[in-house]
Amino acid sequence: MVLSKTFSQSDVSVHSTFASRYVRDSLPRFKVPENSIPKEAAYQIINDELMLDGNPRLNLASFVTTWMEPECDKLIMDAINKNYVDMDEYPVTTELQNRCVNMIGHLFNAPLGDGEAAVGVGTVGSSEAIMLAGLAFKRKWQNKMKSLGKPCDKPNIVTGANVQVCWEKFARYFEVELKEVKLRDGYYVMDPEKAVEMVDENTICVAAILGSTLNGEFEDVKQLNDLLMKKNQETGWDTPIHVDAASGGFIAPFLYPELEWDFRLPLVKSINVSGHKYGLVYAGIGWVIWRNKEDLPEELIFHINYLGADQPTFTLNFSKGSSQVIAQYYQLIRLGYEGYKNIMENCQENAMVLKEGLEKTGRFNIVSKDNGVPLVAFSLKDNSRHTEFEVSDMLRRFGWIVPAYTMPPDAQHVTVLRVVIREDFSRTLAEHLVMDIQKVLNELDMLPARVTGKMVAIEKHPRNGVAVKKLKSIAL
Amino acid sequence: MVLSKASSQSDVSIHSTFASRYVRNSLPRFKVPENSIPKEAAYQIINDELMLDGNPRLNLASFVTTWMEPECDKLIMDSINKNYVDMDEYPVTTELQNRCVNMIAHLFNAPLGDGEAAIGVGTVGSSEAIMLAGLAFKRKWQNKMKALGKPCDKPNIVTGANVQVCWEKFARYFEVELKEVKLRDGYYVMDPKKAVEMVDENTICVAAILGSTLNGEFEDVKTLNDLLVKKNQETGWDTPIHVDAASGGFIAPFLYPELEWDFRLPLVKSINVSGHKYGLVYAGIGWVIWRNKEDLPEELIFHINYLGADQPTFTLNFSKGSSQVIAQYYQLIRLGYEGYKNIMENCQENAMVLKAGLEKTGRFNIVSKDNGVPLVAFSLKDSSRHTEFEVSDMLRRFGWIVPAYTMPPDAQHVTVLRVVIREDFSRTLAERLVIDIDKVLRDLDTLPARVTEKVAATEEQAQNGGVVKKSDIEVQREITTAWMKFVADKKKTNGVC
Repeated sequence: MVLSKTFSQSDVSVHSTFASRYVRDSLPRFKVPENSIPKEAAYQIINDELMLDGNPRLNLASFVTTWMEPECDKLIMDAINKNYVDMDEYPVTTELQNRCVNMIGHLFNAPLGDGEAAVGVGTVGSSEAIMLAGLAFKRKWQNKMKSLGKPCDKPNIVTGANVQVCWEKFARYFEVELKEVKLRDGYYVMDPEKAVEMVDENTICVAAILGSTLNGEFEDVKQLNDLLMKKNQETGWDTPIHVDAASGGFIAPFLYPELEWDFRLPLVKSINVSGHKYGLVYAGIGWVIWRNKEDLPEELIFHINYLGADQPTFTLNFSKGSSQVIAQYYQLIRLGYEGYKNIMENCQENAMVLKEGLEKTGRFNIVSKDNGVPLVAFSLKDNSRHTEFEVSDMLRRFGWIVPAYTMPPDAQHVTVLRVVIREDFSRTLAEHLVMDIQKVLNELDMLPARVTGKMVAIEKHPRNGVAVKKLKSIAL
Repeated sequence: MVLSKASSQSDVSIHSTFASRYVRNSLPRFKVPENSIPKEAAYQIINDELMLDGNPRLNLASFVTTWMEPECDKLIMDSINKNYVDMDEYPVTTELQNRCVNMIAHLFNAPLGDGEAAIGVGTVGSSEAIMLAGLAFKRKWQNKMKALGKPCDKPNIVTGANVQVCWEKFARYFEVELKEVKLRDGYYVMDPKKAVEMVDENTICVAAILGSTLNGEFEDVKTLNDLLVKKNQETGWDTPIHVDAASGGFIAPFLYPELEWDFRLPLVKSINVSGHKYGLVYAGIGWVIWRNKEDLPEELIFHINYLGADQPTFTLNFSKGSSQVIAQYYQLIRLGYEGYKNIMENCQENAMVLKAGLEKTGRFNIVSKDNGVPLVAFSLKDSSRHTEFEVSDMLRRFGWIVPAYTMPPDAQHVTVLRVVIREDFSRTLAERLVIDIDKVLRDLDTLPARVTEKVAATEEQAQNGGVVKKSDIEVQREITTAWMKFVADKKKTNGVC
């Protein structure tokens, strides 16, 4: 006896996804669901929900690369199932990492002999790179203090208050004190003189930033080096320098090759750079390079012996994807010095286009410098009626993500908007952004001032007891 | 005046890649090249050199996932340019991570009330997860000792000698002493009794492994818990447990739901699992879950305020890709409990097929247990003429990558070969592997034993007073042997993964 099936009983795979019951069910959030669902439904549901994320290419807050050539995308996808750490199983991938380390080492003028291998490693990002560099400094300093019979329980690092959060993480997780040189109005990077003043016997290194997150400025590493050398001669402490070139490391060699900031300065012992910022690779790759072997204590290196091959490793992460390493190598040989230089020059030009457009509105102060990371940081000349946060919010309606931040101490009263110019931010987009910012200003002019603008929070300024008015706006 | 262009001057973009000059130049290795090259050339050259890497799917050494459905590959590629850490810019991706944390916490029976959010975070892998968990234990212990007015400068962790290298890294980088319970012949995991004996006042936690790297065995976390509860009652030290469930965390809930190893045991305060092992996602994702808020000291958490949204973060890495998090969520809702269970059962069955095939050759001892991570660890019954390392080397010729390792102390004399059964290792492949192993054994049987044996025999003769003259060939063999032995010795590893 043949029973006719009712429509809802037919093979589920026949149903188009949006005809099926899967889009009627609420997606699980707290518990693993009991049953499987078809892969098409899983794909569609997740893909659709992700439509509500911001568009990465319009995310002007980020330094991290958001576009690569299709050829590179293909290499990335082909390598997506390769676990980078299986060095002996994937010797070519390991070799590509080594080549990148050498290329970047040479780019930073590491003092290497012909055919001498550079000392460095690929990481997941500058956070890991900085932690490894910091660990090396900490261990070297501890060994030095122990051999001198001195206590080594209170190490510290001297940096500017403009450091990225990963330095604070390093300090807290690895139990090193962070001694920050405060900023001041109009001077938003670390002052070399003040930094060297703060150096004491327990300082494991001074960290300079090439490309401050806040306004893209390059710190004066040469001056820091010269002042620190003098102090070292007086004290005999031998305090070294680390350069956090997360952004600047792939800019300075191409735009400002005469600028001395790298291993050309004798006190610079290690440098980190983000491959995924101006190294022009998607998120997930950083590099740390040491001057030479002595700067990386052997006891921190683990030796893994797989099937006869000895490979030293010094990373926090173990298993991870290989795609970004391969992509970095692709970029280095695809673009070459010439290609990187062209791209950085384009970014610089487009930053100037944006800056001029903003200046022409007559409503903004430009806080960033012309030299440095190609970005434009700007604040409202008059933020009494409407703040930079409101400008940022309203730009979202056009699809742009432009963040607004307050500066760290002691410049907390300064709020800036910041647009990072990445490789894929063309002149057309720059001009479009200026038009949209103008539209936002016009709209804001028509709105009454925010009610909170009338409320004022008083904060005592720690330095000379003068109260500082801080305007607060309620974020949406 | 029109000059005709010589062919070599024509627009380079016309040339097919393999006709162009780019494949005649040696690829740069040490310095960034001066000029750009066409993207097709860059792609082809790199792609071709990578052909000489091993085939990830035949890499039987690894627990890490090597295959995902094309639909998931598409989601991965679509989000390849999303920086995970931009939480406010990508709120849905952040939400997906939170959902995964909650789902995994419930899978581990975290004591959560209805609608109560789980405490946990996505990481790049179990290494980062373990470092975060260890940091939390270290800070909690330091706070406790300071409150008691006791010194807190010599923290230690108690584990088995079978721990993965990341525990040694944690110990060395974060300055914690590692107290290892030694293994012994036939017992290749941490002995709970010995572990509890080693616990002292400075122990920040005891780390148990669910799915030992060496032979896939699950450690007896329940016995450890019960013994430690008793000791805590006597000493008042309140020593907690961490479970390194890198492999086992996505196996036990589906194959052995009655096995008590997770938050059902009161002393277990945190658990890590690799999303990229039996979570069935490509390399680059791990999870760490804490029992509740008290187990994660607030001072370790950084609060980032972007445009008004407060998101607490506690990870070592900052910028990283979003793809693996999205892929993990895909797997959890695509497969559900039913799907994971089916896959694990298939892996288990295929492991049994492989094991039966190996036993049938009559040449191997099976070192792994039936229960645990689906893998087969085996050693030669007779390794006097040829070693497991030679078997491993010869299997490479067929394309298989099967690693050979020596056990950590005190079982260094035991060498094993290990095949990990992943989702994409079908029965057909299992049967093929057995056939190829058989071929390798036959090949080895026809080869003379390694010369090291003859030299040893010769030395013995000399010791007995007989005069032995060495021929040229024997001298040559001695040198070769010495080198091979040197390499073989270096194969002894305590850095298994």
